[in-house]
Amino acid sequence: MRVGLFIPCYVDQFYPNAAIATLQLLEKFGVDVVFPKKQTCCGQPMANSGFSHLSSECDELFVENFSEFDYIVCPSGSCVLHIKDHLHSAKSPDKAKAIRKKVFELVEFLTDILEIKELKAKFPFKVGIHQSCHGQRGLKLSQMSELVAPKFSKPETLLKMVDGLELINLTRVDECCGFGGTFCVAEEAVSSKMGKDRVADHIQNGAEYITGADLSCLMHMEGILKRQKSNVKVIHIAEILNADPNP
Amino acid sequence: MIKETSNKSKGKSPSGDSGADHATLSDIFNQDEPRVNWHDETLWFVRTKRDKAVNTIPEWELLRETASQIKHNVLSNLSAYLEQFEEKAIANGVQVHWAADAKEHNEIVHSILKKHSINRMVKSKSMLTEECHLNDYLSKNGVEVIDTDLGERIVQLADEPPSHIVLPCIHKKKEEIGDLFHIHLGTAAGEADPQVLTEAARQDLRSAFLTRRAALTGVNFAVAETGEIVVCTNEGNADMGVHLADVHIASMGIEKIIPERKHLGFFLRLLTRSATGQPITTYSSHFKKPRPGQEMHIILVDNGRSRQLGREDFRNSLKCIRCGACMNTCPVYRRSGGHSYHYAISGPIGAILAPNLDMKKYADLPFASTLCGSCSNVCPVKIDIHDQLYKWRQVLVKEGHVSPVKAAGMKGMAWMFSFPALFNIAGKSGRWFMKYFPFMVSNKLNPWYKEREMPAPPKESFREWYARREKNNRK
Ligand code: SF4
Repeated sequence: MRVGLFIPCYVDQFYPNAAIATLQLLEKFGVDVVFPKKQTCCGQPMANSGFSHLSSECDELFVENFSEFDYIVCPSGSCVLHIKDHLHSAKSPDKAKAIRKKVFELVEFLTDILEIKELKAKFPFKVGIHQSCHGQRGLKLSQMSELVAPKFSKPETLLKMVDGLELINLTRVDECCGFGGTFCVAEEAVSSKMGKDRVADHIQNGAEYITGADLSCLMHMEGILKRQKSNVKVIHIAEILNADPNP
Repeated sequence: MIKETSNKSKGKSPSGDSGADHATLSDIFNQDEPRVNWHDETLWFVRTKRDKAVNTIPEWELLRETASQIKHNVLSNLSAYLEQFEEKAIANGVQVHWAADAKEHNEIVHSILKKHSINRMVKSKSMLTEECHLNDYLSKNGVEVIDTDLGERIVQLADEPPSHIVLPCIHKKKEEIGDLFHIHLGTAAGEADPQVLTEAARQDLRSAFLTRRAALTGVNFAVAETGEIVVCTNEGNADMGVHLADVHIASMGIEKIIPERKHLGFFLRLLTRSATGQPITTYSSHFKKPRPGQEMHIILVDNGRSRQLGREDFRNSLKCIRCGACMNTCPVYRRSGGHSYHYAISGPIGAILAPNLDMKKYADLPFASTLCGSCSNVCPVKIDIHDQLYKWRQVLVKEGHVSPVKAAGMKGMAWMFSFPALFNIAGKSGRWFMKYFPFMVSNKLNPWYKEREMPAPPKESFREWYARREKNNRK
C-alpha cells in the first residue's frame, strides 16, 4: 500500500513533530509512505474566505502531486474535508474525483482502513480531546452532540489503546474553539473568547494535555494557553499514538 | 438600578443603521466579559433543554427528515399551494391580500386600519412585521402598536429590536427589565422579581386587549388544504388579542404553507422541542374564519422570498420554521448577541436570509461564523445552514462586496501556493507563513496577538527534516 503524506502548510512550518509522528506511525504499521515535495496548500484558507475561484491552481497542483497514490493521509481534519468537498480539476476531473474518495484524515485512516486494534504507546497523563468541527461534523470522526444517534468517537477508540492515558470528560463535549481560519482575525473578539472558553473547559476538568486531530484548533488553543501562562499543553493525537512505549 | 453590569451594551441598540459590521458590534459586546459569559450560559442552557427534549424521541432524526421533505415539496409547488390556500381562505370568509414587499405589506395593514378608523392596535409575535419595520411605519402614520408578547413588549419599551426570534429580550437581565417597568409601568424601583414584573405586564396588557379593536398576529403554519392558519404562542396573547378585536390581520411570509392538516403534527412536534425544549407550545391556535361580525385578513408577503426561491443554493433557507435553535447552539451568536447581526433575524439563519435582501449591507454576516456546523445539526427542517454560509461567501466575493485589501492578500497567497519552488525558498528564508498568513505576525496591531501567543517556529520545518532523512538514508 502506497500512501502519499499530505502535510498542510502550517503543520510543515510550525508543527513538524506532528508530521514526523504521523509518518513514523504509518511506517510502524507497515505502510509505504511518500511525502511529495512539491505540495503546498489545499486552498482552504482562500476558499473559506470566499475566494474559492482563486484556488484552481492550488487544486491542479494537488492533483499532480497526489493522484499516483493508493491513499492520501493527512494529520488535519479540516484540510481533508476541504479536499473531499471541494477539490476540482479542469485538466483531470477524474483524477480529482478519485482523490476526493481516497483522501483520509489520520485517525479515520487508522481506524477504518488499517483497522488497528492495538498500539504500543505510553502516555501517562490526563488528556482532553478537542473535537474539531470539521473533523467531527464534517468527517464524522465522532458522533455529534446535536443528533439523536448512537455515540462513538474514533479518536477516543485510539487513545484508549494508549498505556497510562486518562481521558477527562468535558462539560461541553464538542463546542467550537473559534479558530475558523481568517475568522480568528476578522472576528478577533468572538474568536478569542471562544478559544478562552474552550480552554477553560479542559482546565476545569483537569486536563494536562489537550489533543485532537486538527492542528489549526490546537494552534489556536495553544496561543491562548501560552498567553495565560498555563502549564496545560496541546499535542497532536499522532504524537500521543506514536509515543515511546517505554519512556 | 442595575448594579452588576457595566452599561456598554445598554441603551438604544445598534439596529443596523449605525453602519457598523458584525465584528465591530461583537467587539463592543465583548468589552463586558462577565456579561458575555452570562449570555452564553443562558443560551447554552436553552440548547441543553433542547437536547434533553429531543433525546426522548427515538425517531427524532426521521421527524426532521420528514419535515424537511414536506417543506421541499412545498417549495417546489409553492405557487399552486398558495393559490389553493387563497381559494380556501376566501371561501372561509377571509380577505386575502398579496404584498410584494415590506412597503406594500405595511400599506395594506394601514389601509385596513384606516377603513375602520382604528389608530391603536395590539400585535402578537411576528418576525415578519419586524422584517418589514411595521411598528415604525405605523407610528409615523399615527397608529400606536402594542406588542403583547412579553419579551417583545420589553424590547418595545426599551426601544430596541428583538435580539432573538423566539426569545426577543434574552439579552436583558431581569434587573434591567425591572428598571424599564419602573419607568413605563410604575413598578417599585429596584423590583426585579420575574413574577412581580410579569404580573405588572399582564395587568397593563389586559387593558390594551380590552380596548383595542384590531389585532395583528403572525402565522406559524398555513394549511393549503383548509385555508386555516396556525399561531403558536406560550402566553395565549394571540388568542386574547384576536378574540377581543373586531379586526384580525394575520401577516405571513409565503413560505409558511404546509400542504395538509395531517402534516401539522410533524412541525408542532419539532418546533418547540427545538426552540425551548418544551414538548409543544402552550397554545397552538387554529384560525379559520372570522366570528360573526368580525373581519379577518391574511396578508401573504413575498419581500424577497421568490428571489431566494430562485437561488438554487439558498432556497432551502425558506424551509425555516423560526424555532431559533440555530441561534441557541451557535457559539458565535452566544458570544456576540443578537444585535450584532444588525438584521431583524439574527444568528446563522439571519446571516443567510439577510444578504438576499441587501448584499452590500449584509455582506459581513456570512463571515460571522466559524462554519462549525452545529446549526445545521440542530435545525428541525435540516437546512444546510453552514454550507449556505460558505456559498454566500463565494457569491459576495465575486460580486465585489469584500474589501480590496483582503482580495489582494488572497490573490498573493493563491499565486504563491501554485508555485512549489517559490514556496520552498520562502520556507527557507524565514517562515514564509508569517508573511502570508496575516494573523501570524506578532505585533500589537495584529488581532491574533491581542489575546493569543504565536506558535514558536521550530528549528526545522517538516520538509527540511524529511530531506535530511532522505539524504541520511542514501548514505
Ligand atoms: S434555520 Fe432551522 S434551526 Fe434556525 S430558526 Fe430556522 S428552523 Fe430553526
